[in-house]
Amino acid sequence: MTRAVELLLNGLSLGCIDALIALGFVVVFKAARVVNFAHGSLLLLGAYVVGRYHDRLGFAGAVALSVAVTAAVAVLVGAVVLRRVRLADPGTLAILTLGVDIVLATELTRRIGTDLLSTGDPWGAGVVLLAGVHIAQTRIAAAGVAVLLVGAFLAALRFTDWGVALRASAERPATAALVGIRLGRVAATAWFLAGGLAAIAGLFFTAFPASGVTGTVGQAALGAAVPAAVLGGLDSTTGALVGGLAVGLTAAFAAGYQDELAFLGRGFGAVAPYVVMLLVLLVRPSGLFGRRDVTRV
Amino acid sequence: MSRPLQAVVWAMAVALALAAPLSLTSFWLQTALFVMAAAIGAIGLTLLVGVAGQLSLAHAFFVAVGAYGYAFLAGHWPSPLAAVGGVALAGVAGALFSPIAGRLRGIYLGLASLGLVFLGQHILLNATPLTGGFNGRDVAPFNLFGFTFTATNPDVVVFNVPYGALERLWYLFLLVLAIAYWYARNLLHSRPGRALAGIRDSSVAAAVMGVDVRRYRAAAFTVSSGYAGLAGVLFALAFGRIVPDSFGFAMSIDFLAMIVIGGLGSVPGSVAGAAVVTALPLVISHYSGALGFLAQPGEPGVGAADAARLLYGAAVVAVLLFVPGGLAQLVPTARRRVARPNRPRPSVKETSDEANARGGYRPVPDPDRM
Repeated sequence: MTRAVELLLNGLSLGCIDALIALGFVVVFKAARVVNFAHGSLLLLGAYVVGRYHDRLGFAGAVALSVAVTAAVAVLVGAVVLRRVRLADPGTLAILTLGVDIVLATELTRRIGTDLLSTGDPWGAGVVLLAGVHIAQTRIAAAGVAVLLVGAFLAALRFTDWGVALRASAERPATAALVGIRLGRVAATAWFLAGGLAAIAGLFFTAFPASGVTGTVGQAALGAAVPAAVLGGLDSTTGALVGGLAVGLTAAFAAGYQDELAFLGRGFGAVAPYVVMLLVLLVRPSGLFGRRDVTRV
Repeated sequence: MSRPLQAVVWAMAVALALAAPLSLTSFWLQTALFVMAAAIGAIGLTLLVGVAGQLSLAHAFFVAVGAYGYAFLAGHWPSPLAAVGGVALAGVAGALFSPIAGRLRGIYLGLASLGLVFLGQHILLNATPLTGGFNGRDVAPFNLFGFTFTATNPDVVVFNVPYGALERLWYLFLLVLAIAYWYARNLLHSRPGRALAGIRDSSVAAAVMGVDVRRYRAAAFTVSSGYAGLAGVLFALAFGRIVPDSFGFAMSIDFLAMIVIGGLGSVPGSVAGAAVVTALPLVISHYSGALGFLAQPGEPGVGAADAARLLYGAAVVAVLLFVPGGLAQLVPTARRRVARPNRPRPSVKETSDEANARGGYRPVPDPDRM
């Protein structure tokens, strides 16, 4: 029983990080209609900046720099590169972001090289005892930060002008443009937010108990974001949150019970979210909360 | 080009290809084998992504099915039968996935197919009796009715050049690539090809014209997987030993890069793209010493492998931004410019499913599609 509670808490805290990653992925899709395969690399960039500069700037300074740099690169990718090809279909745009991803990931992996970069966060390897189970302090911090950020994001989406503009342009771009919403600006803001979220998520994604900033982090993060975003529904922020938690819980439980699941092979925890995603897609082709595409003739 | 001239050019190309093993070094032969294997996979992917308009990131999975299927079957069956078996297995895997593929639209399919790659890696690493697990498994050399594709048995010497495994595989691969190319070209210009292009441009319009959209989507997926399987068989033969690492997400991206650089939907373009993407890293690392500006292994700086990846990542971006038709677009443009230098180039406008569904072709940038 203790183990189940431990896995539940661990899964939820992991799910909070996954939800942050998926949220950035979904915001860009909502605002710019781009499936951003470079999201994992943006996250790696954020983690890399923290890992490289926390000695010189202190942890808080490094995080601030990381958010600024990652958001700036995200806006650059979105505004400069992708706006040039507005007319292309989503598949082509996705491949374009794959190209960006190759360049970013290769360069960052090269810069990391064989260095072992830690995030240098103040929580270190600390563990607290909560309801009889051990949880890493970074995970509690991650959950707290995630709740704050997601709450702020949802409030902004609901109450600010930008939020209304984003929802309107996601709903009906042409009409939104006609009433004076500047779609390019809305999209750029979405890219900016996605970059910032990726940087924060990257920090927690690589902090203890994970093993630090390595070149494979980007792909691992993308591997978490895709099933989370897809099973929730690509254009739904609620979906991203639910999907993120579902992916975190699935991964934690599949890893925790791997002895019982041994017949499915070692390391099943890593692919379990994809199995869940494929099953959900079989029943609901647009994810749990995604808007169904209705084709009118 | 006039017809007789074209025939002469073709004949010269064929003669050159047949004589090539006489003078090429083993490095170039090996590179060419990889290029030809990749070209077949790229043709299959361009049929799916470029022609049928279904984004797939799962290509590496089907390549793996073909490669491992062949490696396993070759232990029990004669080689040609095992090769056919590998292709069939990949096709069946594609057909099994097609209920999902047929239901999902565009980008959702691409993301769902990503799941297959990770699942495939998991299976390859864990089904040790079949796949050899992390260390992979050896592939038996191809044996065509007693003629083995190895250095001996029987010994073959042409103009004092001993024909080893690479030289023999060259002819086998050339033949298979030619057939695969010819089949794809015919498919494109036949009824099913037009039906698939119709589905890509507007699934609604295609359905109204009597195309069974779901069945054709599933068929496209199956054919494309079969091509991937064939590529897998050739990869297995060219490598001699296959490991799960070769068939990961990176390979899927490589294939997408090939068809984008070559030009989406173009069969010759995908062959050219395969040549660029496959040969570039090999050639750069082969000549990295001579190139000078690249870092040698162990030194800081941009090494050969990194340089190749940076180059082709940038190439994907640049092609999509500036030459959306890829290499395939450049050739006809150049040819037309040579033929009629003063004629303005006709502009090509893309249409899309959604644009068509909302009222068809639009000449001005449409904010709905941003």
